[in-house]
Parts: sequence; structure tokens; C-alpha cells
Amino acid sequence: MREQDPQARAKNFEEVACGYDVKDALRESERCMLCPDEPCIAGCPVGINIPGFIQKIGEKDFRGAYDILTDTNLLPSICGRVCPQENQCEGVCTVGESLEAVAIGRLERFVGDTAIKEGWVNIPYIEPTRFKVGVVGSGPAGMACAADMAKAGCDVTVYEAFHQPGGVLRYGIPDFRLPNEVIDAEINNLRKLGVKFECNTLVGRLFTIEQMVDEMGFHAVFVGVGAGYPTMLGIPGDSLNGVLSANELLTRCNLMRAKEFPNFDTPLPLGHRVAVVGAGNTAMDAMRVSLRLGADKVYCIYRRSRKEAPARAEEVHHAEQEGIEFHWLTNPVAILDDGKGSARGMRCIRMELGEPDDSGRRRPVPIAGSEFDFETDLIVYAIGTNANPIMGQTSKLKLNKWGYIGTDENLATSVAGVFAGGDIVTGAATVIEAMGAGRKAARSMKAYLGIRDGNLPYMAQRGDGADRLFGIDRRERNFARIRVA
Amino acid sequence: MSNFELVKREDFSDVTYLLEVRHPMMAKAAHPGQFVIVMLHEHGERIPLTIADFDRNKGTITLVIQAVGKTTREMQQACQVGTSLYAMVGPMGIPSPISHAKKVVCVGGGLGVAPVFPQARAFKEAGAYVIGVLGFRNKSLVFWEDKFRACCDEFIVCTDDGSAGIKGLVTEGIKQAISKHTDIDEVVAIGPPIMMKGCAEATRPHNIKTMVSLNPLMVDGTGMCGGCRVKLGDKVKFACVDGPDFDGHLVDFDDLMTRLRRYTKEERMAMDHWEKNCRMQKQIESASAALASPAPASAAKR
Repeated sequence: MREQDPQARAKNFEEVACGYDVKDALRESERCMLCPDEPCIAGCPVGINIPGFIQKIGEKDFRGAYDILTDTNLLPSICGRVCPQENQCEGVCTVGESLEAVAIGRLERFVGDTAIKEGWVNIPYIEPTRFKVGVVGSGPAGMACAADMAKAGCDVTVYEAFHQPGGVLRYGIPDFRLPNEVIDAEINNLRKLGVKFECNTLVGRLFTIEQMVDEMGFHAVFVGVGAGYPTMLGIPGDSLNGVLSANELLTRCNLMRAKEFPNFDTPLPLGHRVAVVGAGNTAMDAMRVSLRLGADKVYCIYRRSRKEAPARAEEVHHAEQEGIEFHWLTNPVAILDDGKGSARGMRCIRMELGEPDDSGRRRPVPIAGSEFDFETDLIVYAIGTNANPIMGQTSKLKLNKWGYIGTDENLATSVAGVFAGGDIVTGAATVIEAMGAGRKAARSMKAYLGIRDGNLPYMAQRGDGADRLFGIDRRERNFARIRVA
Repeated sequence: MSNFELVKREDFSDVTYLLEVRHPMMAKAAHPGQFVIVMLHEHGERIPLTIADFDRNKGTITLVIQAVGKTTREMQQACQVGTSLYAMVGPMGIPSPISHAKKVVCVGGGLGVAPVFPQARAFKEAGAYVIGVLGFRNKSLVFWEDKFRACCDEFIVCTDDGSAGIKGLVTEGIKQAISKHTDIDEVVAIGPPIMMKGCAEATRPHNIKTMVSLNPLMVDGTGMCGGCRVKLGDKVKFACVDGPDFDGHLVDFDDLMTRLRRYTKEERMAMDHWEKNCRMQKQIESASAALASPAPASAAKR
């Protein structure tokens, strides 16, 4: 795929990966063998019929490809850009066993972007039900849940605390990875399905989850508020000026458009030598944003090695190309004070890999006496997030011991009619996993409300039909909705 | 919810003004001690403002604002009755715990005079003996005296120059209250960090519980950015979701004040940029006014 030159792009916020043109897409689609096992479908958290849509691309039927994609995924332009495909569909691709895997994500993005360009929207026939559904949080989990519930005929309202919808897609992921126009287009598609967005609404404080169910007439509620509460390192110097969370840096830059300061009012700390602690996707975003804001040097400080870095392979690769200096097996021990309340440097210690820990990764162990100092004036922590406490403070929802919302296997919470999914249940994960959770919760909500789930029989058509009765899937416990004309 | 209409405005002085915003749902949900985040326009920044009052019948939220920076000065110009804010979200933060204290001193200084009012009223409604201590620079800046007198059993005004009430800082008022009453259960202090620090120091030797309301820099106000983190003893808390009220004897005020200065340079830049734009706007206006009325212009030429 064509990309912006690393030297040039490190100075602008334009998208890095330029995307496939028709010729690229056709060539890439031919590489799919249409193997009978279809491991990619199982590898996709939302079960997209991947060979199906690739075959349509090969037939130059892009609209047909879009139809297949939107059967299961309403947001192909977003997922094509931000999914960690190497751990999902592309990671299990049969072609990938001997050659490079089929670039499924890029093909998905091609189809999604073509749809935006052509103005295609797939609005299915929706038979209204009398049900009112509330969705708390307009990030990927909430968007996916809202889409499914709207398609099932519910009157869906999505609440968002910020002044613009999109959640992490808006405040977290920078423009050069996911342009705002793409988010706007996908949210407009939801609006066309009848979904209403209410911004500036802090659920829990303006009204509670219980009030939504008891007083505001919502028959079911989905909570997808994300994790969000950033973790600080807890080392000396944490509170110095010049030390901030990646969430703060990214929110200021992306949502509040501080990169256009002073034409936009929100300021941003500008660093000359920026050190970002962590090596996940958020860390990569923070580093590349810092570079684009004009930093002379950007360092990545990570206590494990490159192999353990949780970021998408493509992001690490892009960051390296753009000149980020990676310091693997290095752990901060203190932030150094300039005597005036600001950071002037960082003290680190070298690490080596020891025995595997609970996560299966080799545990990094400090090497005694290997401390060293280096100069940095902006330190960004991208070391993960904890559960946001607002839901726990304001509702009776049962939380688990880490403060995340506790659910059963169907994502039902301890309060009847209230479901939850995404980061607020699992802890920080990916956009597509949150979307998968939003869709799973939607299935449970439909079952709870007694709405026939159109997706299940559709999926089952690929099977042998042994588990079906009169064309209705047995997994649907609620097929007694008979309408007499 | 996109229309946050301003239904009332009152100017207390050159720099202090009151805005009443229509938001019936928030008026119903708000409690003393909570705050909102406001955006004036699409290009604006999100600024936290403590809720100074709320009227559940009228469905309004009252904000008292001091024009100190670019945004608050721009609001002072732009916010007139009938106009709207671009965004207002809240009520945020944990409501102030109105304890069963029998005798309470409510201290407000500068920015903090307005937000301490709903707490004084709530304590009064809970049956406490309320002593109000308010600090202003001089007599002309005094406001809401009547509102406080209505809910305070005792009321002490302190001014820097002695033009009203006793001469001195609010800590003088606290000392006066403490020497008169030996049975004060709690002090609530809201104002600039340096004032709250002074209040906490004034009560520490007497071991009187002292609650302060912190106002660090914030972006989202929902616990997501960590910009508002404050040091409490050896713990770190986020003022937006863990506060904004904390035990004043534990707060590291020096740290808070250092962190408040983080964007001094950028704040100056924003102000200069805005003032320059205002001047240009004025020049354009006067130039176009001159063009619109050609008679005097041509007369001048002759």
C-alpha cells in the first residue's frame, strides 16, 4: 500500500497509509485462495464473511463487497484501519503460512472508503418495535450495539459526555491513523439508521443508570463507557509539570485540536525531547503525535523487548520509519526535577528478560547498577488505564475486584435490563474487540426484550441446518413471536 | 442537548459576573460542591466552573465567573442573555458530603465566594449553626452578602484594605470564629489555593476538620486525562472524579500551585492572540462604519 514518505509525514497530520486504489485492490483480492477452512472468519472477532467480500472485490462488484461487510460490520473504514489484523484474520490466513498473508484489513478499508466516497449506505428494512434502548458511551462498543439495536427496530439514544461523539476513535486515535471525516461518515450512517446521539451528557451524574430504567422509560441499557482512568508510574517526580498521560496529550491534540493553538484555545505542552513510556498502540500514537507537533527527538521507553510490545506491528514499523528512538528493556525509576517544578530528565534502569510471568511473557528484571540519566522535557505515560470510577460511584452495578463492571457470559450486569461491554468489562483492549462486545450485548438485549434476532438464522445458513427448526435457529430461545395479519 | 441558553446575567464588578444557564435536567441533578465543564464555542477550551447555585423550579444553573484568562474574558464579552454556550456538561464530581456537624464555618474568598454558598445553605438546612466568612479585596467587590446573611447565623466579611468588615485575610475571620467558639466541628474553605492553604494551616493546630474544594486544570472532567491529579499525603487523586472536595490537611497545596502554572506561557499567548484579533475586529468595524456613511468621509476629504 502506498504510504506518505516518512520524512514528510512526520511533519503533518495527513493520513500515513494512502489506501488501495482499484488496481491494488483487484491484485490483492486475487491472492485469496478461497480456501474451504475459512480460518479468517473464525479469526475475526465479529465473524465477517471475509472470503465472501474478497471474492466480490475480485468480481469488481464493490457494492456487493460492501453489502457482505456491512452484514456483520457497520464500520469497515474504521476497522480496516485500526484492527490488529496480524493477530486476527491475517494471523490465521492460509496464504500467510507460506507467503505474506492476504491484506484483509487494507481490502476492508478500500471497500469502506469506496462506500463513503460513493455515498453508499445499507439501511435494511426496519420494522419498528415499541422498545426504547439507551446506550451509554459513543465509542466503538456503543456504536456497534446501537447499530444492531436500531436494525432490530428499537428507538436508540446514545449518550456521550464529550461534546462530540466517537469516544476513543475521536479523542484517542490521531488523524493520521483515522481521519475525522471517516468517523463522521460512520456516525452519520448510524444516524440514518435512526440512532440519536446526545452529547454533553455525563450518565451517572446527570441521571443514573437506574433512572434510565426506572424513570426514563428505557427497556434496556448498554454501558460501554471504556476504561479510561490513566495509570501513572508511581515513581518520584510523577506530578512534575511536563509529565502527563497519553490520554491527556491525545485528547488535547485530537479532540480539542490543540495542534492548531492559538486558533483553537486548548494549549498543549510542547516538548523538545519527548520520552513516551510504554509500547502499545496508544504509546505509538503519542510518539508520532509528538513528532508531528515539532519535537526534535522522541524516545520510546519500554521495559520489555520489541517482541513483547503490544502495539500493532504496522504502528511500530511506522514509528521506526519516522525516526522514533526505541529503548527496549529500559524502565524509568525517577523523573528528574529542574528545581522549578518541571521535568528536566529521566532516570532509567536497564532490564533483562527472566522467567515467563502470568501473561506468558518473559518477566523483565532490573540489572543492578545499570541506572542512567538522560535529558527530556516532556514525559508521556502510556502504560495502560484502569476502570473509570463514575459508574461504580453512581449505580448499584456490581463491579469485579478491579473495579470493572461484572457481567455474565451474555454480558448482562447485576441490574436487570442493563448490559455492559468493551473496556469497562474487560479492561483496555482493541476497537474491534469492543465492537464485538457491543454486538454480543446487542444479541443478549434482543433476547432479553424478546426480539427475534435476524443475525442468528442468517449466520446459520452456512451450516448444515441440523440445529434449525422451521428455518429458525435453536439458539434463539424466543421464537414464539407470531404475527397474525 | 445542544442549546445551553443564558437566561440571566449580573455583573458584580469589572471582573466578576454571574450567568444563569437553562438546563432543567442538570438543575434537578446538581448538589452542592459539584462543577460543570463549559465550552464557549466550537474552537473553545473546556473550562471547569463550580456550580454556584441551582434552581430546581426555574430549571437553571448559576455560575459566577472571574475574568482572569482568555476564555473567561471572552465569555464576559460574549455571554449575554439570549445567547447560548456551545457546551455545558455536568454536574461533575462527588457532591460535598454535608455532614451532621453542629457548628460549621463556611469560608469563601475570590472565586470561592459563590461556590461555598450552596454548601452554607445545605448545612443550614441540615440544622447546623453556620458561620460565614467571606474575603474580598475591597468593599466594591462584595457580592451576595444578603444571600449569605439569610443562611448564616454569624457573618464575617474580611477585606484587604478594611473598607468593609474586618481588615485582613479570611484567616483573620477564621481565627476570630475559633476564638469565639470552641466547639466548631468543621470548616469548609473554597477559594484560591493559597487561601485554602492558609485556612488549612489556621485550623490544623486546633484539629478542626477542614474540607477544601480543588480547582486544578482539567480537560475532560470525567477521569480520563489525569491532568487534574493532586497529591494527598502519599496518594494521588483525580480532582474530577475522586473530588473536588478533599481533606485540606492532607492536600499538597504547593504541588497544586505549581501544576496550575503549567500553561502560563500558552495562556499569555492565547490572550495576546485574542486581544490582537479584538483590535483588528474593532478596526474593521470602524473602517466599515466609515464606508457605510460616506458623507462625513467625503466631507473630511474636502
